[in-house]
Formats: sequence, structure tokens, C-alpha cells
Amino acid sequence: MPPRARHYRSPMQGKPELRKINPATLKRLFTYLFAYKKKLILVVTSIIVSSLTLVISALFLQVLIDDYIAPLLLQAEPDFSGLLRVILLMGGIYATGTLATLFYNWTMVDIAQGVLKKIRDDMFSHMQSLPIRFFDRHSHGDVMSYYTNDADTLRQMIAMSLPHIVSALVTISAVILSMLYLSFWLTLLVLIFAFFALRVVTHIAGKSGSYFIKQQQSLGEVNGYIEEMISGLKVVKVFNREEAVREEFDQKNELLGYHAAEAHKYANILMPLMHNFGYVLYVLIAILGGVLAISGAVNLSLMGSGLLTLGIIASFLQLSRSFINPLAHVTQQLNSIVMALAGAERIFQLLDEESEADSGYVSLVNVKQENGALVETEERTERWAWKDPHHDGSVTYTELQGEVRFHDVDFGYNPDELVLRNVTLYAEPGQKLALVGTTGAGKTTITNLLSRFYDIADGKIRYDGININKIRKSDLRRSLGMILQDVHLFSGTVIDNIRYGRLDATDEECINAARLANADSFIRMLPQGYQTELSGDGNSLSQGQRQLISIARAAVADPPVMILDEATSSIDTRTELIVQQGMDSLMHGRTVFVIAHRLSTVQNSDVIMVIEDGRIIERGSHEQLLEEEGRYYQFYTGAFELS
Amino acid sequence: MIRRLAASLGEYRKDAVKTPVFVMCEVVMEVTIPFLMAGLIDFGIDAGNMDLVFRLGVVLLFLALLSLFFGVQAGRSAAVAMAGFAKNLRRDMFHNVQTFSFANIDKFSNSSIITRLTTDVTHVQHAFQMIIRLAARGPLMIIFSLSVAFSIDSRLSLVFLAAIPFLGVGLYIIMKKAFPVFRRVFKIYDSLNRIVQENVRGIRVVKSHNREEYEKEKFGHTSQAIFNDFSLAEKIIAFNMPLMQISMYVSMLMISWFGARAIVASGNNPLLGLSTGQLMSLMTYTMQILMSLMMLSMVLVMITISRASAERINELLEEKSDLKNNEYPLFKVAAGEICFENVSFSYSKEADKMCLKDINLTIKPGQTIGIIGGTGSAKTTLVQLIPRLYDVSSGQVLVGGVDVRDYDLQSLRDQVAVVLQKNVLFTGTIKDNLLWGNRAAGDEELVRACKLAQADDFIRSFPGQYDYHIEQGGANLSGGQKQRLCLARALLKSPKILILDDSTSAVDTGTEARIRRALNRELPGTTKLIISQRVASVEDADKIIVMDDGKISAVGTHEELLETCQIYQEVYQSQVEGGRSIAS
Repeated sequence: MPPRARHYRSPMQGKPELRKINPATLKRLFTYLFAYKKKLILVVTSIIVSSLTLVISALFLQVLIDDYIAPLLLQAEPDFSGLLRVILLMGGIYATGTLATLFYNWTMVDIAQGVLKKIRDDMFSHMQSLPIRFFDRHSHGDVMSYYTNDADTLRQMIAMSLPHIVSALVTISAVILSMLYLSFWLTLLVLIFAFFALRVVTHIAGKSGSYFIKQQQSLGEVNGYIEEMISGLKVVKVFNREEAVREEFDQKNELLGYHAAEAHKYANILMPLMHNFGYVLYVLIAILGGVLAISGAVNLSLMGSGLLTLGIIASFLQLSRSFINPLAHVTQQLNSIVMALAGAERIFQLLDEESEADSGYVSLVNVKQENGALVETEERTERWAWKDPHHDGSVTYTELQGEVRFHDVDFGYNPDELVLRNVTLYAEPGQKLALVGTTGAGKTTITNLLSRFYDIADGKIRYDGININKIRKSDLRRSLGMILQDVHLFSGTVIDNIRYGRLDATDEECINAARLANADSFIRMLPQGYQTELSGDGNSLSQGQRQLISIARAAVADPPVMILDEATSSIDTRTELIVQQGMDSLMHGRTVFVIAHRLSTVQNSDVIMVIEDGRIIERGSHEQLLEEEGRYYQFYTGAFELS
Repeated sequence: MIRRLAASLGEYRKDAVKTPVFVMCEVVMEVTIPFLMAGLIDFGIDAGNMDLVFRLGVVLLFLALLSLFFGVQAGRSAAVAMAGFAKNLRRDMFHNVQTFSFANIDKFSNSSIITRLTTDVTHVQHAFQMIIRLAARGPLMIIFSLSVAFSIDSRLSLVFLAAIPFLGVGLYIIMKKAFPVFRRVFKIYDSLNRIVQENVRGIRVVKSHNREEYEKEKFGHTSQAIFNDFSLAEKIIAFNMPLMQISMYVSMLMISWFGARAIVASGNNPLLGLSTGQLMSLMTYTMQILMSLMMLSMVLVMITISRASAERINELLEEKSDLKNNEYPLFKVAAGEICFENVSFSYSKEADKMCLKDINLTIKPGQTIGIIGGTGSAKTTLVQLIPRLYDVSSGQVLVGGVDVRDYDLQSLRDQVAVVLQKNVLFTGTIKDNLLWGNRAAGDEELVRACKLAQADDFIRSFPGQYDYHIEQGGANLSGGQKQRLCLARALLKSPKILILDDSTSAVDTGTEARIRRALNRELPGTTKLIISQRVASVEDADKIIVMDDGKISAVGTHEELLETCQIYQEVYQSQVEGGRSIAS
């Protein structure tokens, strides 16, 4: 067995701190965004328009009071037509702003969802090309979290945080500019105040962040514990361990509760803090402005110098609100940006995993005999050949016989730990070949190497005389029907699961395959027969029934060579006998590898090989091996442990 | 449902109530402050009264501090209430799940229990926090702001009476349209996750059948569906902001127009009519009122989204174990005698499909019983009734002459040990796992049990031996090793009855024979039931039960059955024919 990933990592663990944003990740993320360059430019423009509208709206109050209401107050017979004009003008500006808001929200949805779809598709496509080793190293939960947590935080960042930040930046700069137009002194006051406010806020945000990390860690632990104990719930009950399990859960849960409360306490403080800082600033401006206005001090601004009017102070007060709010928003977004970038980094790591190498060029084709020569054909002829294109453009066809030879093969799942040493073996075409040995002896490994799930460290494997490295992986695997130790079924109907073996198989062919696998009778007993929906890896079926379906799946593929790795281990021996007869007739004249733990499964094989410690120590038929009275004999008589 | 969930608030009820109270105080401050600000401008700055500016300024600063205090308190108690609520929900669910019978466990699948304990709690806790923080805030804010606005200028405030329904109806329509789409999105997300999960688990199947392209296509369809529906949902929601802006801008323009006229009419005297300061306050209230409405609509969205989760949590909390402990239970199993009297059993309450039909059977203490039968013949079902993992549908099961339902459940299961077919080891050392059988067991007992189960040898070959760390699910052990550890764990209970449900299937015949011999030698008084597919495992049992389709087809010794029972003959032949000499 290959080594499994040993660590169940909680999805968010190892989240970097605020300051550890990786610029390379950011850059790469932007390359995804830049696929929407034109749309992005439009979005930024619209955000600017929309934010400016907000700023203008704040400035409008000053214009309204100073330029319209104040003069009107002095007129004996006020003329409101000017006022009406400016209000209509503002209406136009507001309409534009509103449209811009709608437009950028809509476009941003397209961009965010588009980027996400692209990333998801890229991840999945890339994952299909990864070697089995990758899946050995990563737990399922780990891989799932790329698609759920990581992708989701990323979507939120693109769809929400980015526009918020752009808009906040635009607003803040516009507000500062407008403030400068109104009064230097008051602006200075605002900036100094903002500086101190930000220091307080980032301090609290940092505190909150560190508890959020702890919260994610304890959440990972609690969830891991839940997963393990719920999966083993029946065992817990059989051993009356409920009390102990409850106690341990309570401990972990208590810690999670504490961390969650602390994290949110600090996070919840942020908004009221910013809000009330806004009021304080408001009062400060009013007092300073009032003092300046009443004392008649000279007001310096980008417009020149003059008196500080009531309108200016009023506008300034309004502006100060537009200044604090976006600032509060930015601080709120910081946490989510850091989390999203951590997710993006993990996603990019997945995309950077090296694909399964395939330098093969020999392909598998159906052939027929014409005038004594093999001719390639599209038909399903039950005859296959390896098509080997040469440099000079000519092509040789080698008929597929199913001859497999291992020459001095060395292999280890870890480079420093060889599982197979100097293995030399051969399977003659049409033979049924069995591999027998203790657990860890390397039986499954041999089939893993033949299918090139893993590549050998040293030696050579030849298939019909061709080095398997020259054969395209997809064609190599197409030639091998594999029924694996662990059965996996997919959500969908029973017949779809059988058809997985050959997608263009008709219903009739699938049913025939099921008959051959002796699965037909129980399938017909299912509520909807072949159309019964399976879910959750077919967990409504017994292990034996699942194995029968997986045999049918391989049978419908009708491959030239078959590998049965403990394919019937959970099927009772009577049924196994029937299945075996069916398989034998299907595979008559073709090469079959059988790995089994039950000796009754292998004893009618042409050749039985006994593997021990990564070496083949015996080879022969059942009778020959019994006569030799070697290890096989010991297994058979129960004198030696075979587990 | 609400009441059931609210019960989980427990000791955090206080914080949950405190939050809206503090929020209320905060709202009062937020409404008062702009009102005073107007005064500051009108009577202070405008009138050139610096004294008043200072005095009002100090009052305002004080109020801001007060408002900050309330805000912080509200935030803190909301955080405590939320975290505590989530904690208690998890605890209550987890504790309730521990009381489940096997039938309850079967009803909910493992993955659905896990989702309820994890994702669903997260959804509900976020919605809960939003509710206690914002649900009080929104309406309060609207009412306060409206009344203050009306007190400033009742005619101008009529604008709000037009704006609020407009925005309210608009938001309602948006939510109504968006919600079903969001629901669809969640469903598609589930299937996306399922596809990835199945792909990862079955990657060898995918690769060996060259189905990479097919899988990509399958994933691509779902990915596209998410793109379509999620985009649609978000585009509908995207109307929120512009709608809000329209209401806000139109209200502001109307207030500007009519306000300006009113100010001119009153000569900017707040006593005679509207003043500029009051106009500014009105503008602030406009923002506050409409923002509050927006917030309310967000709360509504959260509630609707989390409703499904809340229902699922509730289901788990409401589920009661269907195994009742006897009021005056027996604690001691007298002897390992087992008796089935007219037992029928069905997994579902509707009794149309009986798994066991009219079983009558007596097993004497200390006997070794083999059970054999094809896939689906109800071998496992039969033995699960003995430790009362399920209750019979009719008839009764007696252990030591007493109906199993009259025993204390825990005592019964301590004295009837079953090694399940799908067995599980847990993260921890070998010793930790063994101690599950008997928490008080000393090292010697552990070693003895492991020797009996033929596990001692391989344990000693591990680094750390009995302290060797087992990964989740026993991933770093071979199948045979796992089974032998599970057996040793059960033996540590020193049970009166020991049930092995195909629990040595991955152990080779030689070792298995040694296990059987050791059990017979060391535990002569223990009744042993062995389910197996191998004839060799049961052939020297005192009695062999042949099961077929939920019924006992035959009972007898190996020799008797070979003579009389056709099924047994066939099984025997399928395993022994072909030259297998019974040498062991």
C-alpha cells in the first residue's frame, strides 16, 4: 500500500499574518483578472463615477446653502428658478451615478464568477492530470477545501472587497481633494485625526485576526473530532464510550467557543469605534470651524483665501462623514483579503503540482486482417494492435498479445524504501497469472507499475515487446481492464455506473455485462432495477454487491488484458465461482492477472507466483507448487501466515 | 422550532437579551447626536455663540463616548452570545447523537450528521448574530429617526412616507426573485462538491478507465451551472444598491427643493420654520432611515438562507432514541445463554419487508456457534439483536433467560461483546484503542488479550510497541492487523458472550485457526458466535447455523450439515473442491 496522507489539516490552518501577503500570489491572481481587461477598465471608471457622485452629493449641501439659500434669503421676492435648475442638474448627476453603480455591480458579478469558474475548471482539469502520488499525499478533505473554502473566500474578495476598496480609495482621495478646496486647516485636523484613528483600529483588527486564526484551528480540531467520532459512532455505542467521547468533545468545543467569542468581540468593536470616531471628528471640526469662523481667521484653501463661511463648515462636516465611512469599510475588508490570498496561494500550489509525465507515442488501435497484413480499422474487431509511428513516417503494427515482462524492476513509494527489488517476471499471452503473498509483499504494486500509476525506479517493463514508457498512458490503460481492491461507484444510476467502463455501450451490452458478473439478479431486485440511483459511493449496497457492479463495469469495457486485484474478496464463495466462470469465458485467450488473498480464488490459474519481500520466490501451477512444498504449500496448509 | 433552538442558548440567554438593549441605547445616541449637531450649527456657529459651541461640543463628545460604550457592549455581548449559542448547539446535538440507537444512526447518514454539526451551525450562528445586532437596530432606527425628522419638519418628512414604501417594496421584490435562485445555487454547490469528492476517491478508477475527459465534462457542466445561476442571483441582488441610491438621492433632492423654500420663507429662523442646520440634520436622517431599511433586508436574506440549516439542526435535536432503558433494569447477565423466540425483525417501521422471519434458536452457555450464509441472508442482523443494537419487531430475544429489554443497556453491551464487520480504530496509541474495551485494564491484561487475538507479535514489531500511534481509521495498519486489534479490544471486556461478525476475514487461515484455538482454550465459559464466509472458520463449532434469506435454513454440526444441507454442501464444495486437503 502506498503511504497515505497522515495529516488532516483544517482548511484554514497555517493562514499567514496580515503582513505576509505574497506579492507573487497577488500578481498571479491579477493575471486571471486581466483576462477581463476591458471590463475592468469600465468597472473602475464606473466606480469612480459612482463614488464621485457620493462626494458631489456631500458638496452639494454647501452649494445649496451658500449659493442658493443664502442669496435667496436676501431677496425680497425670491426667484427659485436657479435653484430648480441646480436641483435638476443634480438629479442628472445622481441618475448617472446610480446607473454607474448598477453597471459596475453587474459587471463585477460577471468578472468574479468568470474568474472563479476559470479557476475551478483549471483546478479540476489539472487535478485529472496529476499522478496518483498527489492523491496519496493529500487527504480528501484537504482536496475538497480547495473547491469550497479557498474558492469561496476568493470569490468574496473579488466580488466584494475589491470594488469596496477601489470605491473607498476613490472616495477618500476625492474627499481629501474637496476638503482642500474648502479649507486647509480643517483638512489638516481631519488627517491628523485619521492617522490616530487608524492606529487604534489596526491594533484592534490585529488582535481580532490572531483570535480568528485560533478560532480556525480549534474549528478544524472540533470538526475533525466530529468526523472521526460520528464515523465510528456504532463502535462508540458498542463499547459504551458515549460518556468519555462527550467529555472530550466538550473540552474541544469549549475552547472553540472561547476563541470564537474573543475573535468576534474585537471584530464587533471595529464598527462602533469608527462610527463614534466620526462623531468626535464632527464635533472637533465644528468647534475648530466655529472658532475660526467667529474669530474671522483667514481661511486658506485651493480656491485661495477668504472667510470661513457657515456653508463651508456645513459641507466640511458632511464630507467628514464621507471620509470616515469608507475608512471603516477598508479596515473591515482587510481580514477577508488576507484570508482570500491565503486561499489563492493554496489554489496556485495545486495548479503548480507537476502533471503526470507522458512521453509515449505508441497507440492502441483496433485492427483486422487483410491480405495477410494487419490493417487499422474503426470497427470493434476484438483484435488490437500497437501502432508505432517511426521517424521516417512509416508505421508498424504489432498485434496485442498480452505478453508482459518485468526485467530487474526496482521500485519504492519512497525513494529510500524499496518495495520491489530486482523483480523479473513474465506473463505469456493468454495466461491466467496469479500473484500471492503476504500484505505489503508488493502484489498490488506490480499492477500499479504495469498501469504506470507509478513509474519504476530501475529496470524495464515490456508489453508485447514494447517498453511501456513508449506507450501513451491512455492507450496503455485502455488495454488493461482493472478491477481494484477498493470499489468506487459514482452518483448516478446503476446502469450508468456499469457504462463507465465504455461510454458508448448500449443498455443491452451493460445488462449482458451485469449478467456475466452475476449482478443482474440483485440489480433487478433494486427498487428501480438498473435505473436505481446510487449515492454516497453506493452505500445502500453491500460490499459484495458493489464488487459485482465493478466487475460488470470492467466486463463492459471488454479489455484485452485484465487485472483483478482482490476483486471478489467480499463475495461469498458460491457466487464467486459463478462470477469466475463468467470472467473466464469472457477472457478466454486473453491475459489475466489475479491478486487474491483467498487461495480458492487463484488455484485454477495457469501460473501462480509467490511474492515475498518484494521478490518472486516461487512460480508454477497450483499442483507444481504444492509438490514443491515451499511457501505456497505452507500458505495452503495454513502453516504460514498470509495476511 | 425556534423554541427548541432557543433552549440551546442556555447560560448565554442573558447576553442575547443584553445585545438588543445595548443596541437600543446606541440607536438613541445615534439619533440624538445629529439633532444636537443641528443645534450646534444653528445656535452656535450661525449665531456666533462660541460659548454654546463649546458647551454643546462637550455634551456631544460625552454622548459619543456613551454611544461608543454602548456600541462596544453590544458588540461584546453579541459575540459572546453568538459563540456561546453555537457552542451549545454543537454540544446539544453531539450529546443527543450519543444517545442514538443504531436505528437512529441509520436514519441520518454519517455525512448528514457531520454537516449538521459543522456547516449548518456556522450558518445559524452568523444569522443569529445578525438578528440580535441588526433586527433590533433597523426598526428602532427607522422609528426614532422618523419621529425626530417629523418633529423637525412634519411636512418635509412626508418625503419619507413615500421613500420608505418604495424602497421596502423594491427590496421585497428583489429578495423574492433572488431567494429561489440562491436555493438552486446551494444545491448545485452540493453536487459540485459531490463530483469532486467522488473523483478524488475514485481517481484510480477514473485513470484506469481513461475517464479524465469525461470527468472534466461532468465537472464543467456543474461549474457552468454555478456560473449561470450564481451570476443571476448576484445580478438580482445587485439591484439593491441602485435602488437604495435612487430612494436616497430623490429624497435628498426633494428635501433640498422644499427645504430651501421653507428656509427662505422662515428667514432661516428655526423658531419660525426650517433652518439650514435642521436641513442638514434631515439629510443625515434620510441616510440613516434608508440604510436601516437596507440592513433589515439583509437580515431577512440571512434568515431565509439559514432557515434550512436551522431546520436540519432541529431535526437532529428532536430525534429521540427509540431504545428505552427499562425502568427497573437488571445489571448482571447471569449466563451466556441465548434464546430467540419467534423473532421477526425489520429495519423499517413499515413491516412489509421482514429481514428476519420467525427465528427460534437456543444457544447454551459456553458453546461455539458458527453462522454461515450468502450475501444478504441477514447473518449480521441476527446477531445485532443480542446486544440490543436494534429492538425486535416481534417475538423476544433472551440472554441468560431474561429479555434483553429488561437489562440496563450499558451493562448488557458490556457483557455481550460484538466485533462489528465495519470496525473502526481511532486516532491515538494502540493502548488508547485497547482501553476502549476496559478502561481499568492493566498492561498485563492488554498483553493477554492481544496474545489471544494473535496481535501481540506484530505490535511488538512496531516502534513504540503498545504506544505506537494509530492514524485515523487505522490507515497505517494492514486489514488483518486492524481486525486483530479490534478483536483484542472486544476481548478486554471479558464478555459473557462474544460475537465475531466476519471479523477475521482479512486474517489468513493459519492465524485464524490459532485465534479460534486460543479462544476455545482460554475462554471456555464464554459463548462464542462466529459469522464467516469460510467453512474452515466454523467447521469445528459446536453448532453451525445456515442462514438463507432471513430464515434459519439448517442447524447442525459440520458433519450433519454436509449430509443434510444442500446450501452448506455447495459452500463447502466451492471452497474445498480443486484439491484443497483439510490439512489445518
